[in-house]
Amino acid sequence: MTLLRLTDMTVLRQSCPVVDKASLKIGPGEVIGLIGPNGAGKTTLLRAALGLLPCQGHASLAEMPVAARARHAAWMPQAREIAWPVTVETLVMLGRVPHLAGGAKPSDADRAAVAGAIAAMGLAGFEMRRATELSGGEQARVLIARVLAQDAPLILADEPVAGLDPGHQITTMEVFARTAANGKSVLVSLHDLGLAARYCTRLILLHQGRVVADDRPDAVLTPENLADVFGISAHMERTAQGVIFQPLSVLS
Amino acid sequence: MKLFAVLSALVLVLFAASLLIGPAGFGAGDSLRALFGGQGEAVTLVMREIRLPRALLAVMVGVSLGLSGAALQGYLRNPLAEPGLIGVSGSAALGAVIALQTGMAAAFALALPLAALSGALIAVFLILALAGPRGGSLTLILAGIAISALAGALTSLTLNLSPNPFAVSEIVFWMMGSLADRSFSHVWLALPFMAVGWFLLLRLGRGLDALTLGEDAAAALGIRLDRLRLTMVLGVASSVGAATAVAGAIGFVGLVVPHLLRPFVGARPGALLWASALGGAAMVLTADIAVRLVLPDRDLQLGVLMAIVGAPLFLHLIYKTRRQL
Repeated sequence: MTLLRLTDMTVLRQSCPVVDKASLKIGPGEVIGLIGPNGAGKTTLLRAALGLLPCQGHASLAEMPVAARARHAAWMPQAREIAWPVTVETLVMLGRVPHLAGGAKPSDADRAAVAGAIAAMGLAGFEMRRATELSGGEQARVLIARVLAQDAPLILADEPVAGLDPGHQITTMEVFARTAANGKSVLVSLHDLGLAARYCTRLILLHQGRVVADDRPDAVLTPENLADVFGISAHMERTAQGVIFQPLSVLS
Repeated sequence: MKLFAVLSALVLVLFAASLLIGPAGFGAGDSLRALFGGQGEAVTLVMREIRLPRALLAVMVGVSLGLSGAALQGYLRNPLAEPGLIGVSGSAALGAVIALQTGMAAAFALALPLAALSGALIAVFLILALAGPRGGSLTLILAGIAISALAGALTSLTLNLSPNPFAVSEIVFWMMGSLADRSFSHVWLALPFMAVGWFLLLRLGRGLDALTLGEDAAAALGIRLDRLRLTMVLGVASSVGAATAVAGAIGFVGLVVPHLLRPFVGARPGALLWASALGGAAMVLTADIAVRLVLPDRDLQLGVLMAIVGAPLFLHLIYKTRRQL
């Protein structure tokens, strides 16, 4: 079963391709890291894949009816917007919007999904707090919980761990890994290559709008790719505690 | 639900008060008997032809302004938005001013509200054409500001070039906003437009709730933003256009009421819709009773009183918000 398929997807800004003939396929049970330098087209690729931007070529999600797509894929944008001082529980409940018929009250299943998502992000006890009064990192966790509550087979998240403390970065990646173990998939854009190397089953490397590598982390984070795309050298080692990746220096 | 009961009760009490208070000074019992069972005496006429339409219009105008304010604030995710922002009330006022200036308003009774409605309608088409096909909010605000400014300038031009000082004073008076001397023909003219507007706006709750997460996240949650924006613009235009047509420009209701009630609905923009509708009705009823009590013989205008009470209230709200930041 394929959860997402992009075929030669191109997104133009004026006449300049921001994403250039990207093709990829996501099956169940994967945590896929979308990596690349600033301006490589990560956010544009994710938004166009969801049908939030007009694109050429094919994107399986963008071709779905809007309501069906909302049940198939959950999206966490990079901008962490919480417009009103609603409670954490209300905010996470918004993830259930695609599952509720117009005007229907949340069912026990909806409440269970919300409670599960709140517990998974370590937010128990925060339910009645106002989301806008939390710290930036806590707000990020609330928004991740909202995405989890949507209970979609595919999660697309744009830099969800940026700004989280190390403990919650690890927790978040572990939540994604558990989600994948249940047969769902997560496509997550990341700047922390260390986390990407440790927790992703697969990495997609974007450079100037093109997919330059799409493989297991150790096959993508090669010295050549790092030099060509990021202009850095790095140390990578497989240890008993998993892969350790540390960027070392900028190549001139 | 408790809030719903409290607000509904408040509106009912104020509606009854609005029926029973007036310069004619009838007793409450006589008034109600006349309203329901009278036959042609003076008190029956006053109740049925003056006070009842006035109270009904206060409720209708209040619901329209409160509901539109809540919808716009929810859509723009900005507590400073108000129904005047998209230029509909300014354009409706321009239509009314032209009707007064050209003397059409004197020619037949409904010329003024009909001209105001046409103004609102033209504004809607301009906004939709200017704001573009995609569902963004920024283009909508910019288009609204441009149309408001243009309508304001044309209104000033009409006043500027008016050869007739009586028309000018009539226009200035009308623009202050009032519910005095309205009849059932105003009620029947405004009601269909307002009802369509209310119907459209009350359906927005789910989309506005989802917009708490931003436009991108809402779109990914299955909310059609282009459709949402179209529904909102048509709803606001239809209800506020009709309100301006029969009552003139009444400010601050759409701004202050959603602000006051937001804490009571847990800040949820969807729940704020009906709460603001009832709150708006209560506020306009209160103000319309107040203009009859404060200076009964000086014809104090509703819009003036609303601004005098509303502005300090709003300053207080800003002060409170500032301390939270």
